[in-house]
Amino acid sequence: MLDFEGPCRTLESPVKIMRIIVCLKPVPDPKHWNRLQLDPKTRTLVRKGIPSTINPLDRHALEAALTLREQEGGEVLIVSMAPEDSQPVLKEALAMGADRAVLLSDRMFAGSDTLGTAYVLSAGIERLGEFDLILCGDETIDGGTAQVSAQLAEFLGVPNVMHVSGLEAFPEKPWLVRSQIEHGYMVVEIEPPMVLSVVKSINTPRYVTLMNILEAEQKQIEVWSANDVTLSEPWAGLTGSPTQMADLFVPERKGMAEMITGDAKEQAAKLADRLHRLGFC
Amino acid sequence: MTDRIESKIWVFVEQRRHLVAEVGLELLRKAQTLAKPLQWKVAAVLIGRELGALADMVLSFGVDEVLVADDPLLEHYCNQAYVRAVEGAIRQYEPQVLLLGATAMGTDFAPRLAARLRTGLSAHCIDLDVTPDGQLLSLVPGWGGNVMARISCPKTRPQVATVLPGVFPVPEPGRARGKIVRLNAQLQQEDLGYRIVETKREEAPKSGLETAEIVVAGGWGIGSKADWTRVEELAAALNGAVGATRPPVDEGWAEEKQMIGQSGRTVRPRLYIGLGISGHMHHLVGVKSSELSVAINSDPKAAIFGHCDVGLVGDLKEIVPPLIEAIRQYSQQEPE
Repeated sequence: MLDFEGPCRTLESPVKIMRIIVCLKPVPDPKHWNRLQLDPKTRTLVRKGIPSTINPLDRHALEAALTLREQEGGEVLIVSMAPEDSQPVLKEALAMGADRAVLLSDRMFAGSDTLGTAYVLSAGIERLGEFDLILCGDETIDGGTAQVSAQLAEFLGVPNVMHVSGLEAFPEKPWLVRSQIEHGYMVVEIEPPMVLSVVKSINTPRYVTLMNILEAEQKQIEVWSANDVTLSEPWAGLTGSPTQMADLFVPERKGMAEMITGDAKEQAAKLADRLHRLGFC
Repeated sequence: MTDRIESKIWVFVEQRRHLVAEVGLELLRKAQTLAKPLQWKVAAVLIGRELGALADMVLSFGVDEVLVADDPLLEHYCNQAYVRAVEGAIRQYEPQVLLLGATAMGTDFAPRLAARLRTGLSAHCIDLDVTPDGQLLSLVPGWGGNVMARISCPKTRPQVATVLPGVFPVPEPGRARGKIVRLNAQLQQEDLGYRIVETKREEAPKSGLETAEIVVAGGWGIGSKADWTRVEELAAALNGAVGATRPPVDEGWAEEKQMIGQSGRTVRPRLYIGLGISGHMHHLVGVKSSELSVAINSDPKAAIFGHCDVGLVGDLKEIVPPLIEAIRQYSQQEPE
């Protein structure tokens, strides 16, 4: 009887392909941040007219996913929570090589803090079904909180590792993941499904060619609203989020510095004199 | 059964291999300052294995309680196990505020814990305040530090924040007066989501930045690796330490350990001189406690001139060499 156990199980479960989900955030292109304005009335940032791009570290996450797919086979899915006009950014991710993209977009998601964002992403991922690996960038360049990956893992009830700089996948045994810590790193053994968030040093993201862009035209972006996912808890959106922005402001300046003028030699002499009188030299 | 825990502010004091991260101590003192007007008590939270001596050491920083989760399964850091170790006590004793250092460990532990507790978390704070009715206000730099946000967490408790290392001074130990409370963690092997198989840490590289009285830092405006020696020479002439912004580190002119700012080190020297630094808040948050700050930059509109005490507009190649020369002459005049 025992002899049949192995083969029977194999027959029951069809061959599974690896499913990798990459969470990706469209962010205002940092090249244009000098155009960001603070609306003095609403105390919100006016980012009108500033083009969006893939959050830089999320590119590294996508690259890690594509590399893994090339090695192990499988599929790479993009999941993003963003306004509907972010589709060009997801198109770029598809052009990099992702197979499919899901955009979670709904007015009620707007203003979500990290808990709200992680919760909405988890709802979208739950609808997608089983996965082996979720990859995120360690942090975004706009909010920069670096909290969503761990919170997403918590909502999904799977382990997570942050600050990931290396990854080795194995079919039948725990994976090895390297995580950067102060002045060094640690290597952990971890079994899928899991959430990993990556740092820049993990890889160099590939360039997108014109051919890739044309190919991406065939691929689909599915847009899911709040009605398309199951949200049983109240954390989504501005009102659901536990943290609130009490104030947003441009940092106070000390006022203009006292300027030391003259030609270069005079400036140098005046500064040296000042430092000397203060006892620095 | 654990003893009753009375503290309203809990501070996570991170340790690896029984070495405490200084930011935990920095936050203990800050928590005591915040707690005073509200007459709250302050607890330190220690998680690990065989923490007896460490708990006594932390007690000497004047906290009311040291909460200790001590378990063989907590020997190495794992975020899920750490969450498991404290979540019961947090639900039972309902602290108002929970503070962690924004370290590799803190930035991973805090979001997982805050999500488990379904409460709000603010990240990488550079200042903290508590209102008379007990609301935590965290000052958070966003958009590369171009704007600052004050974050509150009005509806859920505890109010959790991670704080950048070095923004508050490290306190001196004093007289122990508090008590040690053991947390009943009751961990199972299944609580560990992963297993650490290797840890590699160099000796903390000594850049001398954190303790330096004089810091000379260079930015993108230095221009090249060859020109970077000018930063080093000026620092040497002043007997100071060399710092950098992100671009020189990315370019390989300076070392990672020399980076100052939000993702690097925080310095608090008596004199800071910034060369060719435009003045992104990313960098400036790391130098804001300098007593006297001087900037030299070729761009008169550089943002740094709005944040420093003394400014010089001009070509670094022309100003810095005679500056070094003059400083050397002064130093030779009055040898120590």
